Amino acid sequence: MRLKTALSGLLTATVLSLGTSAYADSTLRLLTWGSYAPDELIEKFEARYPDITVEVTFSNNEEMIAKLRATGGAGFDLAQPSHDRIYAAQLEYDIYKPLDLSQIDTSSMTEVHLNSVKENTTIDGEVYAVPHQWGTSGLMADKTLAPDFAGWGDLCDPQYRGKTSMRLKRTILLGTAYAMGEDPFAAYSDLEKYQEILDKVTDKLIACKENIKAYWKGGDDLSALMLSGEIVASETWDSTAYKLFNQNPNIVFVPPETGALTWIDTFVLPRKGKADDAAYKWINFVLEPENVAIMSASTGAIAAVQGGNDLLPDDKKAAVNAAFTDEDIANLKFFANIPPGVEDMEGKALEKIKAATGG
Amino acid sequence: MKKDITRLSFILLFAPFALWIILLIILPHIGMVIISLREKVAPRIYEFSFANYVDFMQEPIYWNTLLRTGSMSLLVTVLALIIGFPIAYYIAKIAGKRSKGALFLLCLIPLWVSDLIRAFGWILLLRETGVVSTALQKTGLVSQPIEFLYNDATVIMGLVYTVILFMIVPLVSTLDGMDDAMVEAGYNLGGNGSTVLRRIIIPYAMPGIVSGCIVVFMLTAGSYLTPILLGGKNSSWFTEQIYEQFISRYNWESGAAFGFLLLFFTSIVVWLGLKLSGQTLSSTVAKS
Repeated sequence: MRLKTALSGLLTATVLSLGTSAYADSTLRLLTWGSYAPDELIEKFEARYPDITVEVTFSNNEEMIAKLRATGGAGFDLAQPSHDRIYAAQLEYDIYKPLDLSQIDTSSMTEVHLNSVKENTTIDGEVYAVPHQWGTSGLMADKTLAPDFAGWGDLCDPQYRGKTSMRLKRTILLGTAYAMGEDPFAAYSDLEKYQEILDKVTDKLIACKENIKAYWKGGDDLSALMLSGEIVASETWDSTAYKLFNQNPNIVFVPPETGALTWIDTFVLPRKGKADDAAYKWINFVLEPENVAIMSASTGAIAAVQGGNDLLPDDKKAAVNAAFTDEDIANLKFFANIPPGVEDMEGKALEKIKAATGG
Repeated sequence: MKKDITRLSFILLFAPFALWIILLIILPHIGMVIISLREKVAPRIYEFSFANYVDFMQEPIYWNTLLRTGSMSLLVTVLALIIGFPIAYYIAKIAGKRSKGALFLLCLIPLWVSDLIRAFGWILLLRETGVVSTALQKTGLVSQPIEFLYNDATVIMGLVYTVILFMIVPLVSTLDGMDDAMVEAGYNLGGNGSTVLRRIIIPYAMPGIVSGCIVVFMLTAGSYLTPILLGGKNSSWFTEQIYEQFISRYNWESGAAFGFLLLFFTSIVVWLGLKLSGQTLSSTVAKS
């Protein structure tokens, strides 16, 4: 008998604890990139809206989509995938819901980014995303050791043998395609043509393997490789290069001569999100100029708001000015929407490169 | 009344185990089988098919990676056994009572730190500008920095380091139960060191060896962090392939199929190992 009461007590306790872990509406569950939700901003946001608590999960594009796909879009109230990861993911897995643009202060956003994101994420007349921050993928080099480093192809230049690095992901496929004089994004509409380009790129990167010291996997191991001088140049995200510029001013971001590849991280609502109001509040909150400054200091990326450049902290501004000329800015290449099926083609190409034994 | 209590306590004791097996092992695996047997024909439309398994057979990259993972795991298992056996023997038979506990504890200590941190430890030691390379240069043994990282030998060493404990623990517990008199008798009857090892100690330790090898092999073949972090540009590991399918390529169907192929493959290897060494699970693992 006593056992029974104890048991039922235990059961009630379990049920209760399960109950409290089901979220009240006033929790904003944010699924975003590392450093995209600095503590300072969260505290400020919670001070302004005392009834909302913010919970953050850090992730990346692929994992965000995998997480949302696993639950059909439940578990989070606001996510921040890049602009090219929304259209196909929505068509295939139905994980987002359309935005109510009247709730968002879009007037402060830079037109080029807003239009580009809208264009890329409109399905059946409904807009699914608005821009937050943008940045580029390109190259970085130690000026003193690799002064002439200028394009994607230089990663495979034998004079830097064993001294370069890249990340074995789709960016390097696209960059190399541009370096070989192709336009991969234009070929997205003709997958047979794109496969031809991919085959050429694969051969090139397999031949390039012996030139590479190691493939980096994240910002931290790339930083260690570069700062220790084990490599002199690498493919990189611009924000990583800016961080290193602070520690060693010889390390600069080099926009490739064929154009740096530009991504825009966005705001989207997961389909089964439960706190849309809080999500809209967060979006408008982080786009306020003074909050943009805090955010950019943390992420190193430029906010897609008017005057976003000026809101960068001074050290980052210096790094950007050391990297980009106006010509480079005009030459930016926006990542195009990934049509269904391309991920598989690119994945196969990357597997082939990884498995090839050379170098 | 008494019977009821026995039954209740049995149910209570058994329930967590049953729940664990059913909810966390069996159900997810059923889900995986179902996923692995569908093929995407159009967005949001799937059909029953064996396409994912056929794909695996047709693409040499996949089965090469699986074979590579399997053979490297076997090598790790053998190395762990060769290195772990003398350590286990020393702890179980030679060390004094008090030092035994201390030595055992020393073996356990690395487990208090996570795999990830230990892998980073190795990276700091072995990289081109790392501790080992710098020390060698300082002592004048080498003139150029040496890169120890990013190759298969490092991966194997890192894996042996991670899993050797799982070899030592079962070996110690089996050897502990061996009567010293058996070894003495072996010598008294004219056996030399190697005969005693071959005819007495190893047969006695067989249950420990087999269970240790199975655990080590399974852990190695299924490990993810160590091969990824220490491996170089050519070192693919099959778990990485599964992760890529699931996460980067959004291809859960073939990821699930790969997961099953790994399970199937490792089970076959264990079965073959038991057959070739003339052991059965009941005579070894169940006894240790």
